[in-house]
Amino acid sequence: MSWRRFIRRRWWDQERAREIDAYLEIETADNVARGMSLREAAAAARRKFGNPGLVREDIYRMNTIGWLESIWQDLRYGARLLRLSPGFAVVAIASLALGIGANTAIFQLLDAVRLRSLPVRNPQELAEVKIVGGNHGMGLNQQYGELTRPLWQLIRDKQQAFSGMFAWGVNQRYVGKGSQMRHFNQLLVSGDFFAVLGMRPWRGRLLIAEDEGACPTSAAVVSYSYWQSELGGRDIGSGGAGIKLEADNDLVEIVGVTPPEFFGMVVGQSFDIARPFCRPKDALRRDIYEVSVMGRVRRDWSLQRASAEMEALSPGIFEATVPPGRDPRTDEMYKHFRLGVYPASGGVSALRETYDRSLWLLLGITGLVLLIACANLANLMLARASAREREIAVRLALGASRGRLFRQLLAESGLVAGMGAALGIALAQILSRALVWSISPEGEAVNLRIATDWRMLLFAAVVTALTCVVFGVVPALRSTDSQPASAMKAGGRGMTAGRERFSLQRLMIVTQISVSVVLLVGALLFVRSFRNLMTLDPGMREGGITFAFLGFWQSDLARERWPEFQRQLLEEVQAIPGVLSAATTTQAPLRGGSWEHSVRTGSIEGNSKFTWISPDYFRTMGIPVVRGRGFSRDDTATSQRVAVVNQTFVRRFLGGADPLGHTLRTAPEPNYPSTVYEIVGVIPDTKYNDIRGETPPITFAPASQFPAQGPWTNMMIYSNAPPAAVTAAVKQRIGEKHPDVIAELGSLQQGIRDGLLQEQLMAMLAGFFGLLAAVLAMVGLYGVISYIVARRRNEIGIRLALGAARGQVIGMVMREAGKLLVVGVALGTALSLIAGRSVGSLLFGLRPYDAFTLLAADGLLASIAVLAAFLPARKAAKLDPMSALRWE
Amino acid sequence: MRRSRTGATEPEILQGTLDMLILQILALGPGHGHTIAHAIERRSEDVLQVEHGSLYPALHRLEDRGWIASFWGTSENNRKARYYRLTTGGRKQLSEETSRWERIVRAVNLVLRPVVE
Repeated sequence: MSWRRFIRRRWWDQERAREIDAYLEIETADNVARGMSLREAAAAARRKFGNPGLVREDIYRMNTIGWLESIWQDLRYGARLLRLSPGFAVVAIASLALGIGANTAIFQLLDAVRLRSLPVRNPQELAEVKIVGGNHGMGLNQQYGELTRPLWQLIRDKQQAFSGMFAWGVNQRYVGKGSQMRHFNQLLVSGDFFAVLGMRPWRGRLLIAEDEGACPTSAAVVSYSYWQSELGGRDIGSGGAGIKLEADNDLVEIVGVTPPEFFGMVVGQSFDIARPFCRPKDALRRDIYEVSVMGRVRRDWSLQRASAEMEALSPGIFEATVPPGRDPRTDEMYKHFRLGVYPASGGVSALRETYDRSLWLLLGITGLVLLIACANLANLMLARASAREREIAVRLALGASRGRLFRQLLAESGLVAGMGAALGIALAQILSRALVWSISPEGEAVNLRIATDWRMLLFAAVVTALTCVVFGVVPALRSTDSQPASAMKAGGRGMTAGRERFSLQRLMIVTQISVSVVLLVGALLFVRSFRNLMTLDPGMREGGITFAFLGFWQSDLARERWPEFQRQLLEEVQAIPGVLSAATTTQAPLRGGSWEHSVRTGSIEGNSKFTWISPDYFRTMGIPVVRGRGFSRDDTATSQRVAVVNQTFVRRFLGGADPLGHTLRTAPEPNYPSTVYEIVGVIPDTKYNDIRGETPPITFAPASQFPAQGPWTNMMIYSNAPPAAVTAAVKQRIGEKHPDVIAELGSLQQGIRDGLLQEQLMAMLAGFFGLLAAVLAMVGLYGVISYIVARRRNEIGIRLALGAARGQVIGMVMREAGKLLVVGVALGTALSLIAGRSVGSLLFGLRPYDAFTLLAADGLLASIAVLAAFLPARKAAKLDPMSALRWE
Repeated sequence: MRRSRTGATEPEILQGTLDMLILQILALGPGHGHTIAHAIERRSEDVLQVEHGSLYPALHRLEDRGWIASFWGTSENNRKARYYRLTTGGRKQLSEETSRWERIVRAVNLVLRPVVE
């Protein structure tokens, strides 16, 4: 087989034709020279030569690639057939495009979030060092922070398993002053970070080991996207001519830009500015878990061996870094931590942990939808095949091979599948971007690289091939299997189609119905779960609450004046027209984060969440004090330490006894000395940081007695005005009076909704696909019942002529559909129960085997199906017996 | 011109032998399809009668294998014709096929040799 020859086969044909003509001319001329007449000469030459057509064909066959040529023929034939029935073509291609598009889109997202490796050299060598089983919430935990910096230094100095190591951490910081400030995602890295990753700078240089130094360090590197969008792609000069920024209160110089494909170590959240670790004046804190430690495992070391080494190093490392000021039990637990080594080729991602399950599930759902679409198509193909039964029979009788006919029928399916796939891939590009957009919380775009690459194309191709096999092969096999003689007879009039003729279609319908039941059950589960969350009462006011974070670390206030300044800010906000009430809190509710201290009441010991609030907090948040009192201005820094607890606290720590007058004691922590609080009031249980979570024990204490006021405060503002107006008013007021105070505001309700994006996505998509499945199944059932009725036209006509009542005919057809429905629904319900296990953890407030949901799905599908069957049944009953019998 | 039908008086050219014959003719110098066909007939004293058309697929195959090369030229009586010439590869192929053929002929002759009691 030669492609060169194949591609030039037409040219060669022309060439040989000319050559043959040349032969004939010469031979004719010779013959004439021998004395023949011109006509005789030409005829003799042709005889001498043989059949020029055959010779050319011979050569053409040598040049061509047989199977390719015949596939091409089949495809053209298929295309002609499709053009003849545009309705079928449109329905088939559109439903496949939708199915393949949805699958591909979900796959793209899954690929970006889950399957893809980091865009660095040899990502498979990367591994992360973590505490086996986590640190049990000890100390301060930053996002993606697995270890403390003292731990990182010891690991780096003692380990043998890695050929290179680095540590990194991320946080959100600000550039600019006060009201001019803008967020950026900061990536803090150890000096070797870029060297170990093997990255080359896009512009300038990347950070090196020498950039690490005493705080504050000045060198910084920006991501390509930040360089483009925020710095306008300006030149990175050198030697003082570079770009300078005030980032996080420090003056930094941008020395380089990372390559466009590098987004940092967190999938879904691109970094903006990378800065090296700096050495603070005091010793490094041993209780801030802020870094992730990674490295390249030595080529000749396995992960197990590296892990074993880390485990062996663990006792010494933890012994040497015990954080100060903890109780002996905590110290003991800390010393028993063990390090392990885990693969990290894909980086880290909160998105991944959140959406992993959902995305796999969605892939399953879209797969099932595609299956239903395939079943529909298979039915359509079967119907078409029986319409072409005669044609096929004639061709078989004339000697076409079954294999050739099979290939031809399959080529038609392949054509449909291919066009569906092409459209589907185009559709997927839109869908996947819409999906990314829909999982992005307001004002915080998720940054995912949705790539149209060979992985995606391969996936789409595999899906398409499977599709084609599912809907194409069976009908093709079926129709090439026919016996020409009987097929030609059966195609005539007066015959009732045999029972087994429809068995395949029945099977398809049962499959469709049962899969639709599963998808509908899933849809209802996710929709109801989302509804449960949306209507859930968090035990506090949601509407009309604006959340504000105010930071004043850029002002040069002395530390002692921070509490007073916080009160002053609160009073200013309270004075804004339209603000009904406002209060400060150390922990804004329902916005993630957690703040907890170890407490003891009498003999019971445990953890309680702790929140310090200003006196108006309960009033602002609409939380009633059900026992005792809330806080007032009389609770001051010097008065008796008092606390308000929630009912869970009372149950957990006081056995449900009247809590008033009891005391609780906190365990000492750095900056938080052991304190005894007298319980003066009780509030009902409210949700803490997440609307989904169980209510933990919560202790509230007066803001005036907060021992560690920082240069920041959270404020909850209640107003009748819309949050946007409140936000603008607060920003304006604070900006005027205190230009160096950073203010960030948002609606509490919007924040809660953003926290439910995953549930919303699941409810939307599962709902959409569930309905789509039901519609597809209905179309399928309608089609098949109509088809069966059409095939039995003669029989029904005879029955009617012999006196059957129209009702009986309807009953007959409906019984037919009813059997399929019952089997399908029963099977679907059973499948739902099995499939339900995998979604349990994604549901809120209901179980996967929720009886109401199952019944509702079954009922919904049954009524749709009855409708779909009734239409053809009524048509059958309205048949005019005479015309039915005359009809061929 | 008669076509060979019986094979008794005008034997069919053995499969694969045609290639060798063409190569041999071209070894004497370039020629076009017409001259090659006639040369084979003439040199075999009209014993080997090929249907001239069957020459062309053979020429196509040989050219494709790189044993011969072709160019358009002008024939003796001033007509355009496609000429073929032997390539180096073709020359090597010819000598291989010739020696193979000679071995076969010798073997067949050995078998056919008169039986001596």
